[in-house]
Amino acid sequence: MSALVIRDLRKRFGTTDVLKGIDLDIDSGDFTVLVGPSGCGKSTLLNIIAGLETATSGEIEIGGRVVTAVPPKDRDIAMVFQTYALYPSMTVRQNITFGMECRNVPKAQQAEALERVAKLLQIEPLLARKPAQLSGGQRQRVAMGRALVRDPKLFLFDEPLSNLDAKLRVEMRMEIKQLHARIGASIVYVTHDQIEAMTMATRIAVMNQGEVQQFADPDTVYNRPANLFVARFMGAPPMNTIPATLEGEGDRPVVVIGAGEHVVRLPAPPSIGREWLGKSVIVGIRPECIAEPTRLFGSSTAAGLTITAPVEMTEPTGAETIVVLRLGGQKVLGRVAPDIRLANGALATFAVDTRKLCLFDPQTERLIA
Amino acid sequence: MSVSTLGTPSATRLSPAILAGLKRLPEWLVIWVPLLLSAGHVVVFTAWTTWISFTPSTLVPVDGWVGLRNYTSVLGTRNWKIAFDNLLLFGFGFVVLTALVGLLLAILIDQRIRGENVLRSIFLYPMAVSFVVTGTVWSWLLNPGMGVQKLVNDMGWTSFRFDWLVDRDMAIWTIVIAGIWQSSGFAMALFLAGLRSVEADLIKAAQIDGAGPFRMYTRVILPTLWPIVVAVMVILLQFAIRTFDLVRALTGGGPGIATQLPALVIYDFMFQRGHLGRGSAAAVMMLLTLLGVLLPYGAWKYYMRRRAANA
Ligand SMILES: Nc1ncnc2c1ncn2[C@@H]1O[C@H](COP(=O)(O)OP(=O)(O)OP(=O)(O)O)[C@@H](O)[C@H]1O
Ligand SMILES: [Mg+2]
Repeated sequence: MSALVIRDLRKRFGTTDVLKGIDLDIDSGDFTVLVGPSGCGKSTLLNIIAGLETATSGEIEIGGRVVTAVPPKDRDIAMVFQTYALYPSMTVRQNITFGMECRNVPKAQQAEALERVAKLLQIEPLLARKPAQLSGGQRQRVAMGRALVRDPKLFLFDEPLSNLDAKLRVEMRMEIKQLHARIGASIVYVTHDQIEAMTMATRIAVMNQGEVQQFADPDTVYNRPANLFVARFMGAPPMNTIPATLEGEGDRPVVVIGAGEHVVRLPAPPSIGREWLGKSVIVGIRPECIAEPTRLFGSSTAAGLTITAPVEMTEPTGAETIVVLRLGGQKVLGRVAPDIRLANGALATFAVDTRKLCLFDPQTERLIA
Repeated sequence: MSVSTLGTPSATRLSPAILAGLKRLPEWLVIWVPLLLSAGHVVVFTAWTTWISFTPSTLVPVDGWVGLRNYTSVLGTRNWKIAFDNLLLFGFGFVVLTALVGLLLAILIDQRIRGENVLRSIFLYPMAVSFVVTGTVWSWLLNPGMGVQKLVNDMGWTSFRFDWLVDRDMAIWTIVIAGIWQSSGFAMALFLAGLRSVEADLIKAAQIDGAGPFRMYTRVILPTLWPIVVAVMVILLQFAIRTFDLVRALTGGGPGIATQLPALVIYDFMFQRGHLGRGSAAAVMMLLTLLGVLLPYGAWKYYMRRRAANA
């Protein structure tokens, strides 16, 4: 069953179209992450789902019920805000039970729900404190607690981790993921951090300029980005996108990058249509598909294709070394093992994993193979 | 045009600093001269008044020392007792009711109604009117022979009475009414700014929690507003303590001395009865009353800032 269906949702502020026809169908129990650059309309979409903002047109269904005209409190949702939005004058206990108080839930039932959530989030010692007396991470937990007491059809999270420091963020990321696995709730989670999206989501909706660019599982979004925007947005460092031409050599198409002495030829994905032969394309290759020559990709035991290219610069990160190299005259990023040291300006050999090449149409920027 | 091109090497080095100094000279003149003058006035005249209050001065200031005699004789007058009782009543009624009316107006305007700017200006306008004008206009409105009572009587309700202005026991409330009219717009403006600065997410969270308008205000919005409430009350209270012109114009302290306030008593001692010593003693006591409000408020603000800095 669908937890949330959005049909042709549009939102306009004055003369600017912020959402330009969003269609999403989110299954019950899914952890859907809305990801996109700042200002692309994620919060606006979430607020419209919550009923805090009205759409210009379009329809929203939550748990099979059209809620377009239903006020937020009756939509059976719970929301966690980026700023946590804890009521400053109330204790943690009151913050968590306030919603039940508003819905006239009997006191005994309130206490029961409070106890369950406090135990789940390990915030029992904090219940008598005011939000001002909590650390960032504790506030975050209380905000989660306020959402969790409700047992709603849909949880909405608006960048709940972006105000935490890096270490706490990683911890909470895992906790939220485990929490989702345990309670099996349907979650729509907004972030502009693509790592959060990749690690937590069961489905990712990549947004840009008020449109959903791709809505798929994390693997697909990462390996088969629907267009150049998604290719360049997901991954850190992002996918290399290089202008190239497609040539036919026998019946095997080949991607040709650069010309003259710098030319690099890579076998094209077999699924590419014949009509692209002789045309220019944009080839997408993930940095991790360019590695030191001894690397074996996937389950193959034979050494794969290798290329020789000049090294421009290296950036050791500790876990690996990012290499900036020139591929057919284009600047490209690769990732090699951390103990490998390459001299700037020298020629080096790299192994290339060609199984995961993506080809894009330079005009429409869509994935073609 | 540049000055530096004309100068010697050393002058070239100096001129930017001098130029910068010259550029800031108007600012200095504008800010510091009036500031020093007014600070000087305040300090000098406060000290002067305090000194006079210990002298036997009557029509003109004279030297001499009478200790607390002026104070005890002022405190012994019926005038001063009534003035102080009135101040308590007026101060409490004016401050609480003005704050309430201001808050109510702010909440109503906060409903994103149309014509908000117009209404806000209308409510704020009385603040721009001097207290004398307010007092005079309200003295006409409340005058039973020509104001509200006459209007209602003329419309047919002949038994209607609204004669607080000439009623010994109720006259002080006419001053409260005029004071509210004058100052509630000011309270409203501050409260509205406070309401508007409540974090938007807080209101969204309460909406999702299902808080109705009443709960939204009483449990979520107003509790975040109380520093502003305190500030407004302190400002209103010091308005109340130094009220003079409003009463002069509205009731003149009457009927009889029913609406005397400390500032009127001071005026009375100093310029009507020609007893500068006693007038000054009364003025010093009024100043002490003001300090009794402002110093605790200052201490409280300091404490809150310290606490916020430590948190
Ligand atoms: N009330 C409003 N009036 C006018 N424009 C608005 C309003 N709210 C949002 N916008 C505009 O809509 C666009 C999308 O805003 P939104 O807050 O949804 O972005 P976002 O994707 O959540 O960004 P971020 O990652 O920075 O939170 C922005 O360009 C913003 O300027
Ligand atoms: Mg946002």
